[in-house]
Amino acid sequence: MSGHKPEKDDVTGVDTTGHEWDGIRELDNPLPRWWLWVFYASIVIAVIYWILMPAWPGISGYTHGVLGASDRTNVARAMDQLHAQRGKGAEVLKTASLEQIERDPDLQAYALAVGQSVFGDNCATCHGPGGAGGKGYPNLRDDIWIWGGTLEDIHHTLTVGVRSGDPNARMSQMPAFGRDGLLQQSQIDDLTEYVVQLSGRKANAVAASRAAPVFAEQCAVCHGPAGKGDPKVGAPDLTDNDWLYGAEPADIAGQIYNGRGGVMPAWGPRLSPETVKALAVYIHANAGGQDK
Amino acid sequence: MTVVIDRTKDPHPDASRPARDGAGPVSVAAAARKKASSGGGGLYKPRTQIYPKRVTGQWRWIKWVLLGLTLAVYYITPWIRWDRPGGLPDQAVLVDFDHARFYFFFIQLWPQEVYFITGLLVMAALTLFLVTSVFGRLWCGYACPQTVWTDLFMMVERRFEGDRNARMKLDAAPWSFDKAWRKIGKHAVWLGIAFGTGGAWIFYFHDAPDLIRTFWTGDAPLTAYISCAILTFTTYTFAGMMREQVCTYMCPWPRIQGAMLDKDSLQVTYRYDRGEPRGPHKKTESWEGRGDCIDCNQCVVVCPMGIDIRDGAQLECINCGLCIDACDEIMDRVERPQGLIAYDTDFAVAERSAGRKPIYRLIRSRTVFYTLALTVVSAVMIWGLSQRSEVEAHVLRDRNPTFVRMKDGSVRDGYTLKIANRAFEDRDFTVTIDGLPQARMRTPGMPEGPLVVHVKADEVKAVRVFVSAPPETLTATSMPLHFRIAADEARTEVKTVFLSGVASAK
Repeated sequence: MSGHKPEKDDVTGVDTTGHEWDGIRELDNPLPRWWLWVFYASIVIAVIYWILMPAWPGISGYTHGVLGASDRTNVARAMDQLHAQRGKGAEVLKTASLEQIERDPDLQAYALAVGQSVFGDNCATCHGPGGAGGKGYPNLRDDIWIWGGTLEDIHHTLTVGVRSGDPNARMSQMPAFGRDGLLQQSQIDDLTEYVVQLSGRKANAVAASRAAPVFAEQCAVCHGPAGKGDPKVGAPDLTDNDWLYGAEPADIAGQIYNGRGGVMPAWGPRLSPETVKALAVYIHANAGGQDK
Repeated sequence: MTVVIDRTKDPHPDASRPARDGAGPVSVAAAARKKASSGGGGLYKPRTQIYPKRVTGQWRWIKWVLLGLTLAVYYITPWIRWDRPGGLPDQAVLVDFDHARFYFFFIQLWPQEVYFITGLLVMAALTLFLVTSVFGRLWCGYACPQTVWTDLFMMVERRFEGDRNARMKLDAAPWSFDKAWRKIGKHAVWLGIAFGTGGAWIFYFHDAPDLIRTFWTGDAPLTAYISCAILTFTTYTFAGMMREQVCTYMCPWPRIQGAMLDKDSLQVTYRYDRGEPRGPHKKTESWEGRGDCIDCNQCVVVCPMGIDIRDGAQLECINCGLCIDACDEIMDRVERPQGLIAYDTDFAVAERSAGRKPIYRLIRSRTVFYTLALTVVSAVMIWGLSQRSEVEAHVLRDRNPTFVRMKDGSVRDGYTLKIANRAFEDRDFTVTIDGLPQARMRTPGMPEGPLVVHVKADEVKAVRVFVSAPPETLTATSMPLHFRIAADEARTEVKTVFLSGVASAK
């Protein structure tokens, strides 16, 4: 790099900055005037911004700016607006029964709209945007319900949650028969064949018959002697084609071994009562309906 | 004798006749051209003020009548009432943005039907093409708002400042009380008209009697005030200040018209076959061996565009015919036949100057084409309007999940059905499905079976519909499904598919 002595470029007749890289020298052209004005204007605007808006951090706070702009107050204002906007519909939802909401076309439309938005915010993370669920997360669109599929059942499940820690939570606990050593691996294998057979599929009949007394002793308490399940205690029906943790024999054996059970939060304490009602109507309306 | 007009050359070759003394008016366009080409550069061409002289005659009279008619249509239309049932607006012509409806007397259009407006615009464009190819730029000269309002503004100007010579003198004079009140008065009236123009515009978008009250109490929508302000500003500047510049520099139509016009189009034409050679004429002199044009320049001084029509057809000419009136008056005075300047075709003038009989061809391939296109579009529009149904339905199939398998093995798909009731009374639409044997349909909160949807007048209703089919009927992954929606004579059908989740049979 050469020194800082100005040096005229022969071709353009412009002074160079004196900077040189690999034989390329930089011309010292003046800034375009418009650019300079934009630069000055930016400085002025920045100073105006400091005065108007929150800008500089201090030791015990920050400069608030004369406009008093604050994202927190903006959010609070937006929430107030939202409540005011929802106000009338929300009032009706508070007093109407779940059946009334679902049967009245206007109320239903309102509840479906609220429910859809709340579902997307809170439920879709696990149950999927359309409510079709996934492994470990029940499908909310079919007519198979672990804790019951009527409006009241859904509303209660939403309010208290499942294994949520809420004192009234839906609570069921399948023992981890394998992990806790309650059954031998051979018994679990036989039991798997028995359960496969229950669901109407082809299974090892000999192994299944060996497992019949074990099922009656260990499983029938909750799932029922015929394996039909019981929504009152949250015991799934083992005779249908819906498997929360997988339909393959290996999946079923794994479930008997580990006794998994998912957790759903209680939404009663988190959402307003009318929101939970709207959500219950939304889920029930989109499910394969259990009316009674 | 044939006169060839070459517009690239000086239109007044002075060898054949006495040189102009230079004191007479020169067309403003020519002056501006000269100014622009005489160096000096700059970013824009300076405007030379045009002082059109008052003129009387048949074309001027037609222009006054059309001015009155078009302004009347513009100001009166929003006040025409049209009785509509229920809470619907009773304004005959209303663009109701708030409720997304367009009302035109007995027609009510929804936003989905904007193609009718597209069709209307296509018809308007084709009509314009047809009229232009036959009669030249009649639109520009008689009906264009720019022309109408400029005429109106010039009339006001004349009332305050007098005719051409008085105005030129006034502008050249130093400021005085007399000049000040004339100028202030003119601009005040201009602003008043401009405000009236912007004020009338907003009545097309809101109930007029209501808006005229709320506008002054400050309760009108912000858009009304902004639209009124913009229209006031554009009317004042376009019709008062910019005038011919809007036509010459801003409007695309003068460029497009080149493709519409041909040598058989009627245009305001200087009949050079009759007029040349031109020159001053004394009353006692003979007309033998010379043209009828006495070079009085009346056609130039009356021109609102500041051009000399004797230079031939040109971009600036709006075909208003004021120079015809001016010239006819002069021809009467010198006792020559009228029509030295007239609506004529380039071809006819050329034929005449070659000593042949002029031929006028109204039916040409382009006019036939425009007429045909116009007929087709109009027919399609009328057919579309007559076929317009009062019910329209759309179906949205659930994408997530695409299908749900039920406990009994049946498969259920979810749909959102949107039914638009365009009638002015409430309707109960019966929805049935077709295409899937044994399929059942239900909507939340209702028992299974045919579905009855109550849709209020002039509203859209969305319903969730679930269709389930037993497993033995499912033969393909995707099966066609029709929703039929009917209420009395209003009926429609929407097609969708039922996704079964089974593999299609090969």
